[in-house]
Amino acid sequence: MERIPCPHCGPRPLAEFSYGGEVVPRPDPEPADDATWGAYLYVRSNPKGPQSERWVHIHGCRRWFTLTRDTATHRILDTPLRKEEA
Amino acid sequence: MRHSFFSLIRNALGHHREWPPLWRDPDPKAAYDVIIIGGGGHGLATAYYLAKEQGLGRIAVVEKGWIGGGNSARNTTIVRSNYLWDASAHLYEHSLRIWEGLSRELNFNVMFSQRGVLNLAHSLHDVRDAHRRIRANDLNGIDAEWLDPTKLASYCPLLDISPEARYPILGATLQRRGGTARHDAVVWGFARAADRLGVDILQHCEVTGIPREGGKVTGVETTRGVIKAPKVAIVAAGHAGTLAAMAGFRLPLVSHPLQALVSEPMKPLLDCVVMSNAVHVYVSQSDKGELVIGAGIDPYAGYAQKGSFSIITEQMGALVSLFPRFSRLRMMRSWGGIVDTAPDASPIIGKSPVEGLYLNCGWGTGGFKATPGSGQVFAQTIARDAPHPLVVPFTLDRFTTGALVDEHGAAGVAH
Repeated sequence: MERIPCPHCGPRPLAEFSYGGEVVPRPDPEPADDATWGAYLYVRSNPKGPQSERWVHIHGCRRWFTLTRDTATHRILDTPLRKEEA
Repeated sequence: MRHSFFSLIRNALGHHREWPPLWRDPDPKAAYDVIIIGGGGHGLATAYYLAKEQGLGRIAVVEKGWIGGGNSARNTTIVRSNYLWDASAHLYEHSLRIWEGLSRELNFNVMFSQRGVLNLAHSLHDVRDAHRRIRANDLNGIDAEWLDPTKLASYCPLLDISPEARYPILGATLQRRGGTARHDAVVWGFARAADRLGVDILQHCEVTGIPREGGKVTGVETTRGVIKAPKVAIVAAGHAGTLAAMAGFRLPLVSHPLQALVSEPMKPLLDCVVMSNAVHVYVSQSDKGELVIGAGIDPYAGYAQKGSFSIITEQMGALVSLFPRFSRLRMMRSWGGIVDTAPDASPIIGKSPVEGLYLNCGWGTGGFKATPGSGQVFAQTIARDAPHPLVVPFTLDRFTTGALVDEHGAAGVAH
């Protein structure tokens, strides 16, 4: 995976991107206790297999997107679509 | 057979055909007192100290591959203890003291070489940080000293300390008691010593499930059958998270590829370890003459034992700018290992949410140096079902309480 498919700029070298980690839903901070908030901040599924993860094209269009990648092989499983832009 | 000068002579006369295997290859028993998952340095050291110091009788180490085939054989073998915070300094210094007598303890030459470890400073911020760390080390009784560029030039003449350098070097910290050890010898030595104390080392035995009853662990399911035990320890480095998932919980860990490479062998020319956090390269010369060179982790999570070429490019660029003389050196091999990184760059040692299941993981990029100390304190933690005083700050619940041990500055590799 030397190239990352940016939904806006097309496939670009890995060095242009920053990794944002696996997608973790954010709990409502108000009622969250220490365990819930600690889990949100630190605990990860860290799967060996397909994972939804965030990337930012930091040295390009600077936009965030989500893609699915197999962590066991590093193969990118889908090309993110523009509508997934967040 | 005990290794000695006489056993060497005797085997030399026999053309080295009579050496016995270093450890047995037993079949799994139906049950043990403790099962260690992971036959790397930390797992084998844990088994050794469980048998030797905690007096436990029936101990097994299960390893999915072979001894010395995982991260133990993939690291850059650097040993030091110059960490910033008291908690880490005490733990790593405890380990360094064991390293100093380890070859004698194991009756196996682990080739521990206290050749000195340099940590380079490239900016004013690095310099201040280095001085702060030296003071902290001083207070913890750990040797540390500051080398200004003149002293550094005489200590390590190969470094380019000219002000025009791409990464100007403003000085370095030096831990003279730091150095390297022979990674294979460490696992072989611990495996042999543990085996002699009756520990069963079960190779090619991959854990496929961690059965529980009423919130309590009952053993492990493996590719060589079900093995029962009231206590099970996960010491599996990069795969700690997948094993935790088998036991029904998640960990604050992310597994990343970490790459290293070696050059063609040369005559001895670099007699210390040089590390640079800022430009992400660390290098030493092995006894075979190869330069052993490590880099930063690949930025993304991954379990394939390979990384991106862009990391190697950056690493080589940094190496050549620090050591212009290495510019025509050819690289022989590169490889990747899987490191389980914790958010605070410190390990997780102690109990897990499952009764009878213990964790020793999250060593990230720097676990090798801790091998003997980690095994010893973890063995006591398992035997007494209570954390050893040195691992109290490293329990899993620090990610709920917020009492992190932030060692990103001293961990050596950014992650």
